[in-house]
Amino acid sequence: MVELFVLIVKVIFVMNLALGLGSLCTWLERKGSALIQDRVGANRAGAFIVSANPVINVLLAPVRMMGWLGVIGTFMCDPMKGIWKEDFIPEGASKFLHGLAPIVAVLPIMLAFAVLPLAPDFYAWGYYIHPRVAPIDAGLLFVLAMGSVAVYGIAIAGWTGNNTFSLLGSLRAVAQMISYELPMGMVFVALIVVYGTLDVYNIVEGQQELLWGVIPKWGIVMQPVGFVILLLAGMAETKRGPFDLPEAESELTAGYFTEYSGMKFLLFWLGEFAEIALFALLLALLFFGGWDIPWVTLPKGVWWAALLGHMVLMAKVVFFCVLQIVIRWTLPRFRYDQLMNLGWKMLLPISIANLVVTAVAKVML
Amino acid sequence: MTSTKLLEVDFGVGGITTDMRPRPLGDDLHSDTMVVNLGPAHPATHGTIRIVAEMSGEKIVDADVDVGYLHRGFEKMTETVDYNQVMPYTDRLNYVSPIINNFGWCHTIEKLLQIEVPKRAQYIRVILSEISRVSDHLTCLGASAMELGAFTVMLYMMEAREDLWDLIEDVTGARLTVSYGRVGGVKDDLTPDFAPKMHAAFKKVRDHLVNCDRLLTRNRIFIDRMCDVAVMTADEAVSYSLTGPMLRGSGVNYDIRKAFPYSSYEEFDFEVPLGSKGDNYDRFLVRFAEMEQSLRICEQAMARIPDGAIAVSDPHIVLAPKDEVYNSIDGMINHFELVMYGVKPPKGSVYHAVEGANGELGFYVVSDGSGKPYRAHVRAPSFIHMGSMRKMLLGANISDLVPTFGMINMIGGECDR
Repeated sequence: MVELFVLIVKVIFVMNLALGLGSLCTWLERKGSALIQDRVGANRAGAFIVSANPVINVLLAPVRMMGWLGVIGTFMCDPMKGIWKEDFIPEGASKFLHGLAPIVAVLPIMLAFAVLPLAPDFYAWGYYIHPRVAPIDAGLLFVLAMGSVAVYGIAIAGWTGNNTFSLLGSLRAVAQMISYELPMGMVFVALIVVYGTLDVYNIVEGQQELLWGVIPKWGIVMQPVGFVILLLAGMAETKRGPFDLPEAESELTAGYFTEYSGMKFLLFWLGEFAEIALFALLLALLFFGGWDIPWVTLPKGVWWAALLGHMVLMAKVVFFCVLQIVIRWTLPRFRYDQLMNLGWKMLLPISIANLVVTAVAKVML
Repeated sequence: MTSTKLLEVDFGVGGITTDMRPRPLGDDLHSDTMVVNLGPAHPATHGTIRIVAEMSGEKIVDADVDVGYLHRGFEKMTETVDYNQVMPYTDRLNYVSPIINNFGWCHTIEKLLQIEVPKRAQYIRVILSEISRVSDHLTCLGASAMELGAFTVMLYMMEAREDLWDLIEDVTGARLTVSYGRVGGVKDDLTPDFAPKMHAAFKKVRDHLVNCDRLLTRNRIFIDRMCDVAVMTADEAVSYSLTGPMLRGSGVNYDIRKAFPYSSYEEFDFEVPLGSKGDNYDRFLVRFAEMEQSLRICEQAMARIPDGAIAVSDPHIVLAPKDEVYNSIDGMINHFELVMYGVKPPKGSVYHAVEGANGELGFYVVSDGSGKPYRAHVRAPSFIHMGSMRKMLLGANISDLVPTFGMINMIGGECDR
């Protein structure tokens, strides 16, 4: 009974974390891009709320503050607008598939969060708690599999749009995601070779040690090439940054979700930002020691150490979210053939070579 | 004939024919082309044009470029108003650099009248034209960069353009539709503090340009997107009668400011940047380099600008000073005549071209001796450049359409008139 309760709490927590991080990325993107571009950014909704009652007026000050920071606009107004807008389904499209596509595109991203640990394990009220929904051994493979399933949603979205732009966008997206999954998988394999496990929790634990007693044994130290490849492949997988050709607005209007509106569009949008957060989390867990603070050893199994670890991990996640946003607002977009060349002719050979070198080094040392 | 019969033969095995003849590979691969309609309302078609592209995968095998959605009948409208009243219409040709259009029209009519405007007016024209040219290039490059995904660069360039438009606003009183030119001179003199303001603004613009240069010019992704796309050799460029940065990008040294100097352009020291290959990247570089040259011209003109009148003192062409109008019968009549009937050039026809931001901006005007043009025609560079669009698109990727169209810098108002 208690196990079930704990599981429900964990599901709610992780789901909210995924959605919350997605929304946070939206807000970061709005205000961050505004900062980069010398703009002000979202600052209207809720910023001018006043009340005739002076007491309430004072209490409204934080609301005004949040409105001024664009928090209300992003977290409240946008979803409400999405829900109330007309749900437009193009002529000749299958209603069922049209509704299915955004769900298939978003759900796997949320599911991938389930296997990722969010803090070190700890004891609470005599129970040993894993801070992740599904503590499975093959965590890394599950993440990869979920990434592949998300492709279906996009393929369906492109076809049901009944529009040449959607079709081209979805073809690009599918080709891009499948191509970049290969180097990503190779990097995962190299990590498995280094840390000797498929379980993300154990990979993080493996990074807590020190290499030669000096440098933390983080993934970035053990696999610097792998980090760069996963960063690039991850950004291509999220279809953002310089890799946003599937939705290149200047060519394909909005790419595969051209024919989507209202909440369905918002689901795609949310999925994209949740995917940014997912990759930030993956990078932090696999390459930056997860909840590890270098040269600091926290006691194991204590709740406050777990909480601290969670905060450290989230700080790293936000850092990588910001990094992806900065890259996205700095670089122009690739062309389709250049993207394929980068994926197949650069990243894949390099990642294979990286794997071979890693394996040889592992055997020799 | 036999072959069709063979295909139709049903051998009674579930409708499957047993036709084993080798067929062309295309039949099995369904390699039909797809027609994609871009525009007239499409994010890339700033201004309204329509491109119907026939595509094989992502390659454009044929393209039908369709202009004319913004046709307002500029040429016909000019026949209904007098020569100075055409000025607001010219504002709306290339609305990114309206001052150059204003002065182009003025120069044409002055050529018809066979007058020369005072030196100070010429210098003011040069300064404001060059500022407009920079703002036009900033808009063009910014919009193109944005369409390639570099949104930040566009906003930096818009910020630089703001500074320049503030200068224009100072002098003309308007930012976009300035109507600043007058036949025989300019509307107003420069403001007294124009020089320090201009230098301050140029400093900011140069800072922004350095930033944009760092973000784009040596950016590998940007170079890959622009290089070897939409190549026009020098011969081709000439045969398609390209002008301006499009022509100079192909390496042809033709700039009207150098070839047929007007408005004292021969007195300034500036270079004409040339490309080598004639691809989009060359056009980008030419525009980028031209901005610096334009800023240089402005600084030289500002340093050497003479004092004096800002318009010719002929009361048949330019309104006389108000005290003359109020105090003498001649002045009153001249004022009345000019307001009611306009400038009356002699009979004849004239063509004059100025170096617009996009290329040769020419006006051809036929006068029947009355106060209104008998016929006017604009040689709009955008319109002629759009003629080469199809050639540049054939065989290109659909993504190449965006920088190609961006570098043509089609301005709807100018192209469709």
